[in-house]
Amino acid sequence: MSHFQNFSSIHDAFDAKKISATELTKEYLAKIEASKHNAFLTVLKDRALKQAASADAIIAAKGKVPRAEMPLLGIPLGIKDVLTMDGVRTTCASKLLDNYIPPYTATAVERLEKAGAISIGKLNMDEFAMGGSNENSAYGPVDHPTHPGYVPGGSSGGSAAAVGADLCAAALGTDTGGSIRQPAHYSGIVGMKPTYGTVSRYGLVAFASSLDQIGPMTKSVADSATLLEVMGGYDPLDSTSSERTLEKFSQIAAKEPDWKNLRIGVPKEYWVDGIADDVANRVRESLKFFEKKGAKLVDVSLPHTQYSVSVYYIVAVSEASSNLSRFDGVRFGVRPASLKDAKDLADFYKKVRAQFGPEVKRRIILGTFALSSGYYDAYFRKACQVRRLITHDFNEAFKHCDFIAAPVSPTTAFKQKDQTMDPLKMYLNDILTIPANLSGLPGISVPCGKGDHDLPIGLQLLGPAFSDGGLLSLAHAFEKGRA
Amino acid sequence: MATWDPEFEVVIGLEIHAQLATETKIFCGCPAKAPEGKNVSEVDSNWNTCPVCAGHPGTLPKLNARVLEYATKAGLAMGCQIRENSVFSRKNYFYPDLPKGYQISQFDKPICENGTIEIDVGKDKKTVRVQRIHMEEDAGKNLHMDDFSLVNLNRACVPLIEIVSEPDMRSPEEAGAYMRAVHAIVTTIGVCDGNLQEGNFRCDANVSVMPKGSKTFGTRAEIKNVNSFRFVEKAIEYEISRQIALVKSGGKVVQETRLYDSAQNKTFSMRSKEEAHDYRYFPEPDLIPVKLDKNWIEKIRETLPELPAQKRARFVSELGLSAYDAGVVTSTGSLAKLLEDTLALTSKKGIDAKTAAKSATNLLTGEISRLSKEEEKDVSESKLTAVHLADLVHAITSSLVSSTGAKTALLAAWNGEGTIESIIEKHGLKQVSDTGALEAAIDAVIAENAGQFAEMKSGKDKLLGFFVGQTMKKTGGKANPGLLQELIKKRLS
Repeated sequence: MSHFQNFSSIHDAFDAKKISATELTKEYLAKIEASKHNAFLTVLKDRALKQAASADAIIAAKGKVPRAEMPLLGIPLGIKDVLTMDGVRTTCASKLLDNYIPPYTATAVERLEKAGAISIGKLNMDEFAMGGSNENSAYGPVDHPTHPGYVPGGSSGGSAAAVGADLCAAALGTDTGGSIRQPAHYSGIVGMKPTYGTVSRYGLVAFASSLDQIGPMTKSVADSATLLEVMGGYDPLDSTSSERTLEKFSQIAAKEPDWKNLRIGVPKEYWVDGIADDVANRVRESLKFFEKKGAKLVDVSLPHTQYSVSVYYIVAVSEASSNLSRFDGVRFGVRPASLKDAKDLADFYKKVRAQFGPEVKRRIILGTFALSSGYYDAYFRKACQVRRLITHDFNEAFKHCDFIAAPVSPTTAFKQKDQTMDPLKMYLNDILTIPANLSGLPGISVPCGKGDHDLPIGLQLLGPAFSDGGLLSLAHAFEKGRA
Repeated sequence: MATWDPEFEVVIGLEIHAQLATETKIFCGCPAKAPEGKNVSEVDSNWNTCPVCAGHPGTLPKLNARVLEYATKAGLAMGCQIRENSVFSRKNYFYPDLPKGYQISQFDKPICENGTIEIDVGKDKKTVRVQRIHMEEDAGKNLHMDDFSLVNLNRACVPLIEIVSEPDMRSPEEAGAYMRAVHAIVTTIGVCDGNLQEGNFRCDANVSVMPKGSKTFGTRAEIKNVNSFRFVEKAIEYEISRQIALVKSGGKVVQETRLYDSAQNKTFSMRSKEEAHDYRYFPEPDLIPVKLDKNWIEKIRETLPELPAQKRARFVSELGLSAYDAGVVTSTGSLAKLLEDTLALTSKKGIDAKTAAKSATNLLTGEISRLSKEEEKDVSESKLTAVHLADLVHAITSSLVSSTGAKTALLAAWNGEGTIESIIEKHGLKQVSDTGALEAAIDAVIAENAGQFAEMKSGKDKLLGFFVGQTMKKTGGKANPGLLQELIKKRLS
């Protein structure tokens, strides 16, 4: 079996005729078949082989991979099952969408495929991206890529496991409160949440519209830069997508940061109680690495961090309660057999919506409550106000530093069934990733070593809005320097 | 005039939904109207839907710029302030015809606020305040069969503006006049086709009663979805009598939504306030706030045509129309346009403006209004054009056709039978104004009725009508009646 560290080594192998896109795809299909991770919900065998054949035809015609025009030619990617593909079942890991086949393709997926990417399958996740351990999937939990019995993180757990276990070359995830960065940290891969508005959300089944962002989950920072460069940029179908011209991320990422003039912020509020020693140690070592390179470490303060979890669990669930209302069994949502005895329309809805998993139900109920008349001002409006304060914190902090370095999550991956009984504990795990979503800022998790039980640990780097290029360059230098 | 117990006062406010006449829907590129030449009832269900307006998971709305333009135009025509920052919100409720489970509308920051509309109440004028105008998407339509229901999404995502009045109206007639005035404005400025039958212009009426002189309004009931000027007056009239009877018998009006059944001329309870929805409005995160530039708003203002009230006054002063006739011909944009286009053509034919206006208005307020009502068709949907009308006015004023002939010609033109010239020819509508031919016919009639002619000659004037009639009959109704009378009178001297 071949094993490639990044896209360019795959392209080198294509160019040297060591392997064809079809052979590579077949190898991955075989690995997926043999794997016990439960990372894939749908494997697109025929479709992927067809794409691989056309990739091989292009390579044969051109003599080598046309990397500039088709930077992803023949690269097998996994797609989180929250992104639509025309004619391909899209479940969001929910029973309600078990039979949903969208008639259109998400902009991000469309752009990747246009650049030659092969979509090898749809990846498992927490139901409707709600969760941090991938134990909330209606299709069963996903296993950690290297540590059986442990969670891979979530909600993009299938993506993290598939990339970590090399079941595909890279994957797409989505990050609403840390759902890319946290599983990347748990699973020992690179995961980036771009600035809100960088990647079109068209075709991303919404959890919380003002927080959701699609991002790359890869084995290397360079691959993340390539994916982001291809799928990012203005999309007329998404009013919230940014109209600014996209930077050449793959070129910027390869540049060495200007270490002498670089200030790395260390927010004191991110060193909360409960940060495990192994996580704290690896992050401290990472800070020393930057210092050694010549960067200046700066203490910064993000005083409203403590409110971020509360704000998030009001804003996200409020938007979710509305976003998920279309799954009512009329046009979307499986109709259970019990519907035959539905007494009236209300009973009909009740029976259809009973199919949501407990976490999704909990969030719909919370969100409906937070928006209801008499409570809106106390909850939703207040949360929006505090959200602005959290953004303001970052604006102030970035006056004193260029980027922020912090842990991704207080601990390494935990064992399955360890925390699912305690939703509040689960929610608090997100305190270090949520602020970037609330503020729309870019963040990346890049491996920084191993902890107890040899479990992977990621370093989180955050930057100001639209500093995605600089963030990738810093992460790339860190990755290179550590190796 | 509706009447009720004089001890009570009535308070009415209207919420009017007008469909904007844009080519495409508000949040996607699907056609917003039936294809050219087709009626809404003739198109297939769901013919104009896409993943966005069908509410597919993952799709996002994209605002149609033309909707902003039309909503702004309507606001300016109604004297509203236009918000430079307005926000779309989600109105959440479950209903099978609502694809996303929420309607994208506007809540606390609507695009237009604080306008006024002047209405005629008898001989008086009254100003009704417009509280707000907001933009929103329409829902689909449920079709209930025996044991199942179907949903048609043709209307889903079609752009609407909701025009909300203050509770300023005090009688069913005022409400009707207000609804007509709003209809005249939106059709004149061209932002709505005004088709009531197809539901493109409909209203909800909030009605309450209170003891005369009271300072606080009574509890209101809302009558939903009335799509006719006549029915809105009738529904309110019924509702007033229902509420007064209720209050007088010691009962209390409950806040509720009611439906009007025109066949029974009654309103029925649909749902009470206890069952009312909590819509859980919140700002739509998929759309960025709408920011309008002052200069852009001013540019829209410059495109406003003459409004119905100004037009009406001008028709009275310049064309010598009666206030009533001027009111009818300015009641829709299409009627007024037809009249003005016609007058432009008749002036080229050298017909005096007032004469032409009088003649054309007679046709517009008479035969054309009748046909329009009968066939439930706006004049713009018929085959009748200003060229037809101008030619017909010319034929009438030059005595080429009689008034009966004119009616026949008009009906033929309405149905698309061709030019007025060819219609007159085809239907043989030309009046006989040839003196020789008429004299011959008179001779024949006199010969047949020698006795009566002698009586008339000896002073029995009443018989003149008889002779005119008989001669007319002989010419097959084509004789020019004025000329005929003149010629017969000459025989008496």
